[in-house]
Amino acid sequence: MAMLEIEHLNTYYGHIHALRDVSITVEKGEIVTMIGANGAGKSTMLKTTSGLLRPRTGTIQLEGEELTRLAPHTIVTKGVVQVPEGRRIFGQLTVMENLDMGAFTCRDGGRIQKNLDRVFDLFPRLKERSKQVAGTLSGGEQQMLAMGRALMAEPRLLLLDEPSMGLAPVLVDSIFDTISRLNNAGTTILLVEQNARMALQVASRGYVLQTGQIVLSDSAENLASNEMVRRAYLGE
Amino acid sequence: MTRARSIWQHGVKTGIIGGVAVLIIALVGMVQSFNKRDIIFEVVAMGHTLLVITAVLMGYVAAKRTPRDDGLIQYVNTIVCSLITSGFLALLVVVGRSVNLRAVLVNASPVLYKALTLGFDGAAGILIILLFGVICGSVAALLYYLPPVVRRVTIISLSAMIGAGVLQELIRPVLLSWGPMAVIADYFYTSNGLTIAGAVTIVVFIAAGMTVWTLRGESIKSHYSHLSGGSQRGIKIGSFVALAFVLIVLPHVLGLFLSEVLTIVGLYVLLGLGLNIVVGYAGMLDLGYVAFFAIGSYVTAVLTSPELGFYSLTFWQALPFAVVLGILSGVLLGIPVLKMRGDYLAIATLGFGEIIRILVISDFLRPWLGGAQGIKAIPKASVFGFALAQPQYIYYLILAGCILVVFISLRLKDSRMGRAWMAMREDEDVAQAMGINLVSTKLLAFATGAGFSALSGAIFASKLGSVYPHSFSVFISINIICLIIVGGMGSIPGVIVGAAALVGLPELLREFADFRLLVYGAALVAMMLLRPEGLWPEVRHKIELHEDENGSGQPEDLSAAEPASQPQGG
Ligand SMILES: Nc1ncnc2c1ncn2[C@@H]1O[C@H](COP(=O)(O)OP(=O)(O)O)[C@@H](O)[C@H]1O
Ligand SMILES: [Mg+2]
Repeated sequence: MAMLEIEHLNTYYGHIHALRDVSITVEKGEIVTMIGANGAGKSTMLKTTSGLLRPRTGTIQLEGEELTRLAPHTIVTKGVVQVPEGRRIFGQLTVMENLDMGAFTCRDGGRIQKNLDRVFDLFPRLKERSKQVAGTLSGGEQQMLAMGRALMAEPRLLLLDEPSMGLAPVLVDSIFDTISRLNNAGTTILLVEQNARMALQVASRGYVLQTGQIVLSDSAENLASNEMVRRAYLGE
Repeated sequence: MTRARSIWQHGVKTGIIGGVAVLIIALVGMVQSFNKRDIIFEVVAMGHTLLVITAVLMGYVAAKRTPRDDGLIQYVNTIVCSLITSGFLALLVVVGRSVNLRAVLVNASPVLYKALTLGFDGAAGILIILLFGVICGSVAALLYYLPPVVRRVTIISLSAMIGAGVLQELIRPVLLSWGPMAVIADYFYTSNGLTIAGAVTIVVFIAAGMTVWTLRGESIKSHYSHLSGGSQRGIKIGSFVALAFVLIVLPHVLGLFLSEVLTIVGLYVLLGLGLNIVVGYAGMLDLGYVAFFAIGSYVTAVLTSPELGFYSLTFWQALPFAVVLGILSGVLLGIPVLKMRGDYLAIATLGFGEIIRILVISDFLRPWLGGAQGIKAIPKASVFGFALAQPQYIYYLILAGCILVVFISLRLKDSRMGRAWMAMREDEDVAQAMGINLVSTKLLAFATGAGFSALSGAIFASKLGSVYPHSFSVFISINIICLIIVGGMGSIPGVIVGAAALVGLPELLREFADFRLLVYGAALVAMMLLRPEGLWPEVRHKIELHEDENGSGQPEDLSAAEPASQPQGG
C-alpha cells in the first residue's frame, strides 16, 4: 500500500480551478518531487494534502487511512508535516522556542528530547544559535530551522515546499544534501520545487505540474532527460 | 545651497513642530491654568515647565534626527529647533501686543503674554523668550552628548522631582494625615509646590540611588545569585511578605479618595488582563470587549437587585452566573469570527460590543434590563455579614480578583495553551501546520478574556450599586486596548503599569479636567513614537539573551557566518 495516495484531486480558490484532477502516489521511503513553474499549483497541492485547503472532490489517503476531510492539526498527528513555502519561522521567538512549537503534538518529554537531539545532530548550527531570536537568522539558517521544526513533529511523510527558494547556491546544495540524509534515515518526502535540476537529482520519481494539471510522470532520470522538461525547466 | 539646507532642515522641521506644540499649549489655556500651581514654590511654575519640557524634547529630537554624526551640526540643529520653537511664542507675543486676538483666541490675553515673558515689557520680554529657547536647546544638546547612563540618571531624577511636584495634592495629604510624617511633608512641600530643599533632595537622592545601582548593581546581583538557595528564597519570601503587607495596608494609608481611584485602577487591571489574553497572547484585536464587562454587570444586577424583583441572590451567589455567562458569550462571539483576522475581526467585534449596549438600552428589554434608567439597588458584596461598601473594603475584593486573575494569566502563559496562543499570534497557518487546533485555541482565548471581564463587571456592579447602559460604551474597550499597548503587549506587569498610567493618573489630575483628553492623546502619540514596545514590555527574550553572560546569544554578523552554516557532510 502506498504511503500517500492522492486521487482525482480538485481544489478551487473561489472560481479559480487551481488543481485539476491531480492523482499522485508516494511510496514509503521514496523522495518524490513535483516540479512546475511559478503559479502551477504546487503550493496548493501541498496545502490541500496537509488540510490547510479543502479539495472540492478527490481523496487523499495515508497508508489506506482517509485524510481528505480531516482538520490540519489532526493530519499532523497522523504523521504528515509540512514545511511551508518561504520558511515562515516564528520570527519573534527564539530558535529553541520554534523547535518547541514544532513538538506541539508530542507530549512525551523523553521523545521530544530525542527528536531535539536528532535535529541538532542534523543542523549543528541550530544548536549554536538555540537562544537567538529566529528572525535574526540568515536565510539558510531559517530554512534549517523550518525543517528542524517540522522534524520535531516526527513526520512519516514530510512535505517540503520550495526549500531552496531564495538561497545562495552553496546553501541550496547543503539543503538538498540534508534532504537526502533525512530520506536515508527513513523519512518519506514529497518535495515541491522550481529548481528542477536539484530536485531531480535527489528524487527517485517526479511529476510535472502545469496550470494545475499533471502533464508528465516518470522516474527522475527519465524526466531529467526528457526533451520537454529540459527545455522548460532545466533551461537547456 | 542644497548642502546647507540639508544641514538645517531637521532643526527647522522639528522646530516648527515644536513651535506649533507650544503655541497650542499656550492658546488652549494650559499655560495659565497650570501656572497656578508651582512645581517648586515660587521658582518654577507648572505651565512654564510644560513649555520647557516641550522645547527640550524637540531640541533633543532635532539632534537625534540629524543624519550626520557631527557634534557641531547637531548642536546647531538643536539651537535652530528651539529658537524656532520659542520664536513661535515670541511671534505670538509680538502680534498679540499690537492686535487684539482675544476675539478669536480666548486665551490670548495679556496675562498669557506676561506669563510667557516672565513679566518683562517691550523688547526685553521677547528676548527673554528667545533666550529661554537657546537655553532649552543647549540643555537638549547637553543631554544628547551626555553618556547614556548619565543621561538616564539626569532625566529620571528630574522627572521624579517634577512628578513629585505635579502629584503634590496626592502625596502631601497622605504624608500629613500620618502624624510623624507631617515633618517630612513640611520639609518637602509648601502649600503650593515643593520647597527648594525638597526638590534638591529628591533629585540628589534619586540620582545617587541610580548611580549606586549603575555602579554596584551588577555586583549586588551577582552577590545575590551567589547566595545559597535558602537565603535567596528567604529574600524572595521577605520581599513577597513586604509586598503583601503594602497591598493590605494601602487603602488605609491612602484614605477614601485615593482608595476609590485604586479600585477603579483595579477594575481596569482585571479588564486589561482579560483582554491581554485575547490581544496580547493570542493576537486577536477585539474591540467589543466591553460587552463582556456589561454582561457581567447586568447578570449581577438582574440576579441581585430587588428593584426588578426576579431574584434576590447575594453577590457571591450571582458571581458564578455572571462569570459563566460571560464565558459563554465569549464563546458565542468567538464562533462567528473564527475565520476573521486583523481589521475584519476588529470591526466584527466592535459590532458585537455595540449590539450588547443597544440591547441593554432598548425599550424592548426594559422590563428585564431596566432600559436607559438602568438597574439600581444592587446590594454590596458582603463577607461574613460585613458589607463591603466603602472603597477601602471593596479594594480587597478587587485585589483578590486581581491576584486570582494574575495567577491564572501566569499559569496560562506557561501552559501548552499559552504556547498555542503564541504560535497563533505569530502565524495562524503555520500554527495549524504544527498541529494546533485553531478553533479551540481561539475560543479558549475569547472565553478566558470574557470570563475575566465579566468578573470585573460583577464587582463593578456591586461597587457602584447600579448599572446604566452608558457605562459600557466602546470607549471602555478602546481605553483597555490603549492601556495594554502603553503597558506592553502580552506583559502582565505592563497591564498594571498601563492601568495606573492611563486610568489612575487622569483620576488624580482631575483639576486639569479640561485638558485631560488632550494630554492623554498627546501622551499616547509620544509613547508610540518614543517607546512603542510599552512601559513594561515582556522580557522573555531579554532573559534568554542574558542567560549566559559571555553573550554568545547575541546575533553576530550573519552574512559573514553564512558559509559555515552548511551541515557537516553526511
Ligand atoms: N489565496 C489564493 N486565492 C486565489 N488564488 C490563489 C490563491 N493562492 C494561489 N492562487 C492561485 O492558484 C494558482 C496556484 O498557486 P500556487 O499553488 O501558489 O502555485 P505555485 O506554488 O506552484 O507557485 C495560481 O494561479 C495562484 O494565482
Ligand atoms: Mg508555491
